[in-house]
Amino acid sequence: MRINPRFINRFVRMGLNVQAYFTVGILIIIVAIIFFKGFPHVNFAFIFSFPEDMGREGGIFPSIVGTIQLALLSILLATPLGLGTAVFLTEYTKESLFTKFIRFGVESLAGIPSILYGLFGFIFFVIKLKMGWSLLAGVLTMTIMILPTIIRTSEEAIRAVPRQLRIVSYSLSASKWETIKKVVIPAAIPGILTGIMLSIGRAVGETAAIIFTMGSSLRLPLSLMDSGRTMAVHFYILAREGISMEKAYGTAVVLVLSILLINILAYYIMNKAIARYS
Amino acid sequence: MIDRTVLKERFVKWVLVAFALSSLLFLFLIFIFILAEGLPLFLKVGLNKIIFGMKWAPTKGHFGIFPMIISSFLVTIGALVIGAPLGLSCAIYLSEYAGKRTRMLLKPAIELLAGIPSVVFGFLGVIYIVPLVRNYLGGSGFSLISTCLVLGVMILPTIISISFDALVSVPRTYREGSAAMGATKWQTIYKVIIPSAKSGILASFILGMGRAIGETMAVIMIAGNALKIPTSILDPLRTLTGNIALELAYATGDHRLGLFSTGVVLMVIIMILNYIANFGIKRKIAK
Amino acid sequence: MDTKIATDRLRLSFGTTEVLKSVTIKVHRNTITGFMGPSGSGKSTLISVINRMIDFENNVKIEGDATIDGTSILDGSINPIELRRRVGTVFAVPIPLPRSIFENIAYGPRLKGTSDRTTLHHIVEDSLKKAFLWDEVKDRLGTSALKLSGGQQQRLCLARTLALKPEIILLDEPCSGLDPISTAKIEDALSELKSEYTIILVSNNTKQIARISDFSAFFYLGELIEYDTTEKVFTAPAEAKTEDYIQGKFG
Repeated sequence: MRINPRFINRFVRMGLNVQAYFTVGILIIIVAIIFFKGFPHVNFAFIFSFPEDMGREGGIFPSIVGTIQLALLSILLATPLGLGTAVFLTEYTKESLFTKFIRFGVESLAGIPSILYGLFGFIFFVIKLKMGWSLLAGVLTMTIMILPTIIRTSEEAIRAVPRQLRIVSYSLSASKWETIKKVVIPAAIPGILTGIMLSIGRAVGETAAIIFTMGSSLRLPLSLMDSGRTMAVHFYILAREGISMEKAYGTAVVLVLSILLINILAYYIMNKAIARYS
Repeated sequence: MIDRTVLKERFVKWVLVAFALSSLLFLFLIFIFILAEGLPLFLKVGLNKIIFGMKWAPTKGHFGIFPMIISSFLVTIGALVIGAPLGLSCAIYLSEYAGKRTRMLLKPAIELLAGIPSVVFGFLGVIYIVPLVRNYLGGSGFSLISTCLVLGVMILPTIISISFDALVSVPRTYREGSAAMGATKWQTIYKVIIPSAKSGILASFILGMGRAIGETMAVIMIAGNALKIPTSILDPLRTLTGNIALELAYATGDHRLGLFSTGVVLMVIIMILNYIANFGIKRKIAK
Repeated sequence: MDTKIATDRLRLSFGTTEVLKSVTIKVHRNTITGFMGPSGSGKSTLISVINRMIDFENNVKIEGDATIDGTSILDGSINPIELRRRVGTVFAVPIPLPRSIFENIAYGPRLKGTSDRTTLHHIVEDSLKKAFLWDEVKDRLGTSALKLSGGQQQRLCLARTLALKPEIILLDEPCSGLDPISTAKIEDALSELKSEYTIILVSNNTKQIARISDFSAFFYLGELIEYDTTEKVFTAPAEAKTEDYIQGKFG
């Protein structure tokens, strides 16, 4: 007997439907578990006080500060570098062997898993350059990690800027760099911001590369040469060493919530950018 | 005389060239420093004894990482077995069935999943998946199957977004042509769209594998980290990434070099996977 | 009469396609000169040589010469950026920069290094008045230029060009997308401006050329067919092709 193709069609449709919602369901379940279990442990004191007894008691203030320091400093370094690369690739060259090499470099950096960044940051910044476990070593490692994201998103954003805007700027006696600085980059800012937000999200959530470069000191990092821990590292240590499940859940809430907000903000900016050009 | 604007333009251009070269420089540094630390041990102990060695006791001069290589491949393939059908189904649903509004809702949600830190996946794996496996299947629960389940979910966003892009870029005329022949939607998808998007779908699987084999924190929390080749899906295991992350903090001397040798092997595997995904498959698409 | 712009046996090709075939013309100072001809006649390309915007096209080959005030502008020693301060351009489609009305007009002066607020305000007001736009926008100089109507945007583009204080203004079919009222406003502005500037108006609209230009040039397939006073070209054209074009037999 031949099964009616229409029947198969409906059956498949239902199956795909279920699987798609299953995937989204996983996301919702993850977020829901973290929030339900964690929120009771989050309060003002938890966020603004120092940890005591290895994190068994007290709050997570230093790790919040450490996370912000790491994310902001690496963005500060990676943005000019990445944006500059994107400008070079889009405005200053035609596709050639040279740009292929650079793109190869960017693609390869994007494909390297974070543990290898950790390994590299550890041997290069921590050991060879004698930085020790420090905020600086963490920031430099993270800068290299997020560079590909910044380059790709900036490049797409710059390519989307209409050519006529450039022509108008040139006709008003602007040089190439003036045109890029005053017209192209301002018009591409939403796209560039999206890349920056996604990169911040990555820096906030990263563990493997950070734990071996920035270390895991519980103190508040006051200089670039101080070690410190980010929320993700703190959470990992609390959970893995079984120090305190309550504090671990509490940290997870703050961690996941900040990443969700950052990503949602990135989407919001991106959609605004898309609306602007179409 | 060259005037100031011209000089400034030239200066800017060279600064930008330097910026663009920085990515290559970083890649080069990463290569050189991992190789410089990782290769000496291959020469000293011998390639065979490391890659095919069964025993890892770095303080006693044994640097065999064969069980970890096998374990890394096992978790990667396991993750793919779970993640690939689910991910591809999602991508098909999103590109072919979902309405615009559903798509606008589901796509960001799936990409948010990619933003969840791997330590969170690991943590939830320990709290929920590990006991589930222990209670219903047996063993300690820290096992190959638990690791594959968690990794399978973690690679979903990669698989979904790349296959989705491949499916969406199949020309509309293909769909219309097939529909005009009286094919149902599923027949069109199965016979026309999936074959046309084959390369992109394959690339998504391979990049998903790359993500799984490189994953570290979630794996060391769930896998149990035992130093032998697992013989059942309930056995604990240690991956290449896990080996590095577990011991780097305190390793010195040859022990540390051994971890870099592990890194070299991992790097070679990742390079091969990326090469296949980026060049082997994309080139086919271009043709 | 005094020659402002001249070309001497100017040839230009994109790859293997020849777009200008030995064009020699002398454009007079403080006049409006109309360039007309069907599309593909090379009139817009000729303009892009005068402002050197041709630099942004690929595979261009130029022979012959073009001069402003007797000095070659194709010479390697000429800085195209400085040239574009002397030669302002208004394009067919008005493209405001995505910023305020004020900043659109101040864009050129700021590039020259003018940053004093009062001076800039002076330039903006002056340029907007000359483009007959001041009264419509004087109360909202800070709003986005993208909020203006099409006709207002085109006058904004004219004002933006005037703010450069150029010697020459090139207009490449500036009214092609505008309604008759907006077109009239632009034409009025141009008629007032010619005492200070040398203006070249490229247009497919022969009536417009007849209305406001002092001299008219007719181009066809990359050649200058006829060039004389507008009165002569429109009442007693020397060439049959010109007459056919003006009467609308082709184009």
